[in-house]
Amino acid sequence: MNETELKKIILQSLKKVAPDTNPEILQAGDKIREKLDMDSFDALRFIVELNEKTGVDIPEEDYGKIVTLKDLMHYIMKK
Amino acid sequence: MNTPDGYIKITYREALKQALRVSLQKDERVFLMGEDVGRYGGAFAVSKGLLGEFGPDRIMDVPLSESGFTGAGIGAALGGLRPIVELMTVNFSLLAMDQVVNNAATLLHMSGGQLNVPVVIRMSTGLGRQLAAQHSHSWEPIYAHIPGLIVLSAGTHEDARGMLPAALQSPDPVVIFESNSMLNLEAEIPANSGMVDITTAHVKREGKDISIITYGAGVYKAMDAAQILADAGMNPEVIDLRVLRPLDENAVMTSVRKTHRVLLVEEAWGSVNISAELSARIMEQAFYELDAPVQRLGGMEVPIPYPKHLEDACVPQTADIVTRIKKMLQHD
Amino acid sequence: MIEFCMPSLGADMEAGTLCEWLVSPGSVVKRGDIIAVVETQKGLIDIEVFEEGTIHKLLIKENEKVPVGTLMALIIPAKETTPKTEKRLAEKIQTIRPTPAIQTTAGGMIAAGIKSSFKASPLAKRMASEKNIDLSTVKGSGEGGAITREDVEKALMEKEAGIPVVKPSAVENIRLAVAAAMTRSNREIPHYYLETRVDMSRPLAFLREANKQRTVKQRLLPVVLLIKAVAKALKEVPDLNGYWEYGLKLKSEINIGFVVSLRTGGVMIPAIHEADKKTTDELMDSLNDMIPRARAMKLRSSELADSTVTITSLGDENVETVFGVIYPPQVAIVGFGSITEQPWAENEKLDSRPVLRMTLAADHRATDGNTGSRFLMTVKRNLQKPETL
Repeated sequence: MNETELKKIILQSLKKVAPDTNPEILQAGDKIREKLDMDSFDALRFIVELNEKTGVDIPEEDYGKIVTLKDLMHYIMKK
Repeated sequence: MNTPDGYIKITYREALKQALRVSLQKDERVFLMGEDVGRYGGAFAVSKGLLGEFGPDRIMDVPLSESGFTGAGIGAALGGLRPIVELMTVNFSLLAMDQVVNNAATLLHMSGGQLNVPVVIRMSTGLGRQLAAQHSHSWEPIYAHIPGLIVLSAGTHEDARGMLPAALQSPDPVVIFESNSMLNLEAEIPANSGMVDITTAHVKREGKDISIITYGAGVYKAMDAAQILADAGMNPEVIDLRVLRPLDENAVMTSVRKTHRVLLVEEAWGSVNISAELSARIMEQAFYELDAPVQRLGGMEVPIPYPKHLEDACVPQTADIVTRIKKMLQHD
Repeated sequence: MIEFCMPSLGADMEAGTLCEWLVSPGSVVKRGDIIAVVETQKGLIDIEVFEEGTIHKLLIKENEKVPVGTLMALIIPAKETTPKTEKRLAEKIQTIRPTPAIQTTAGGMIAAGIKSSFKASPLAKRMASEKNIDLSTVKGSGEGGAITREDVEKALMEKEAGIPVVKPSAVENIRLAVAAAMTRSNREIPHYYLETRVDMSRPLAFLREANKQRTVKQRLLPVVLLIKAVAKALKEVPDLNGYWEYGLKLKSEINIGFVVSLRTGGVMIPAIHEADKKTTDELMDSLNDMIPRARAMKLRSSELADSTVTITSLGDENVETVFGVIYPPQVAIVGFGSITEQPWAENEKLDSRPVLRMTLAADHRATDGNTGSRFLMTVKRNLQKPETL
């Protein structure tokens, strides 16, 4: 999985859990939840969605490491 | 103009006289008492000729003392007779008010139901003959205010002839208002028309756009107005209340449910009159049937003036009814 | 015969438009079946039936807008086999249809309050409510622009001829629904407010451990513990679980309305039925099921209608305190702010703890501060024993 594919999966997952947002506007350094007005419930469903699509399990203590789009992509690529 | 078979052409005055004659013939207990009813033939010539027919015991001239002879009439009724007390005009009737209110209307109650007072009191009402503020008022609402009385208004020739015989059958006091302005008015009525019902209002003209509810001198004016409006494409209903106490609510509400609009017309002064009472009852009982506010045309609140044109201007006329209804229905 | 009527899906609902019947005469239905889709200000709502039987007659046509309480269908109960005579039914329909007088005050006034005011004759108002005509869309031809019988008849003809009426958008609708409910709340309910701080160290530690054992999908959010703690506390302090309807009417079921805010503005409040009897996992499942549907404005009638008390929770990354506005006719709303690191004094020592500010807004007609305080202290105590939730 390359970066382009991963970004596509992330954006698709975001669109799925929050269909009334526009994830396309996200810049690499943007805080995802803040930018898309997602609450903790949306965030959890997003992580579930990512887990299903990429197989990567993000434990709770790592939530702080995946705040921005850049951080998140870096985190998943590393796993 | 030919009168149709079975109909007679008759003045309102003549109809009143026939009512008296029929009543006197039918029941020996009946007698007429009043100022100038005998030798003079009545102030308005209603009883002209009756003295010769029935004699002075039954056509009785009385002194100018309304309180005195009305009280005597009430006493005669209590004693088993059926007196017809004629009060010359509604203005003078106030002199007899104590007898009417405190005795005639009250005795049944005060005697614990033992004493009925079967007296009939007739009086002329309204303007139209240039008799000025001494003789011309319309004080039906004052009498309609009093529990214990039955108050009738003869707004048609049929009622002028038929109300008195019916009133004489009532065990309780009845006041009949006769319209001064209509005395010379001719109309065709069934030759055999006699006693009428004195408990209900009459729908004089069926319609569906608005209910004109009136009584007395307002009835023929409302009928004329309805015809003018019908020619202009509107379809008013006309109701003659006839009984001012107790009011025939059923007839009124039935009409309101049909037309959804109401114009109340009467010659009595505008404030605290029969229309005011009816308007309130319509609001209480048929509010959700109303498609426009209930409106009233009443008399100007002045002592009735002498000059003809001012007299005419004091009470609702046919043209006023037409104008007001056009405004209500067409907003112009 | 069972009478199936347009349900009230909250104090702000006046009427609903039947979009679709999902059953036809002869269909057999059982409790919980969705038999119709109704459009309200809160979107398309699946309407459930709570009886068992056979559909006898559908009385409202699709795309017809009717006031709350209008008889929509007749259902023959499972036990009853033959329908009563049509005449009896017709009489019934007459009696079930809401009375004009009530409809006029309820329907006319609220619509007038939101939109521009208008004058209409009593008859026009009555007819409009009987024929489901929105008077705010009718032009008056009477004196002073008053709407008369003729105008309503004209509007009815246009409606029947299918001339489209411009409908407000879903976003505008939900705004109007919130506006109506909150206006009523602020006008009618004398609120009192209480606040307390909760040390969340223990519940959060409990969750961290619990979630470690779980797959991503099974993970719990802190709000689940909050919902359960509230539901349990209401069993101990039941006075806050009910409606104010000319007096306090307590409810036996504890159905927690959970505020879901929409990104486009406005809120939906689906009910979690009998939250006190659900485990934390079941509560999480309920949220997973309902929140996406609430966001899509696709809730069931029972979810919109049944809540007996409301929780508004801001979640993390937000302000620390929220004071709610009660959703009438309920009598209380519990507010949870964001959990933040705060200085905490305990046992004569100063420490740093994750702190939750919990508030209660309650109806002072129904309860007093003492009841509210007992309730908040009970929730607080419940949260300190997360393993029992």
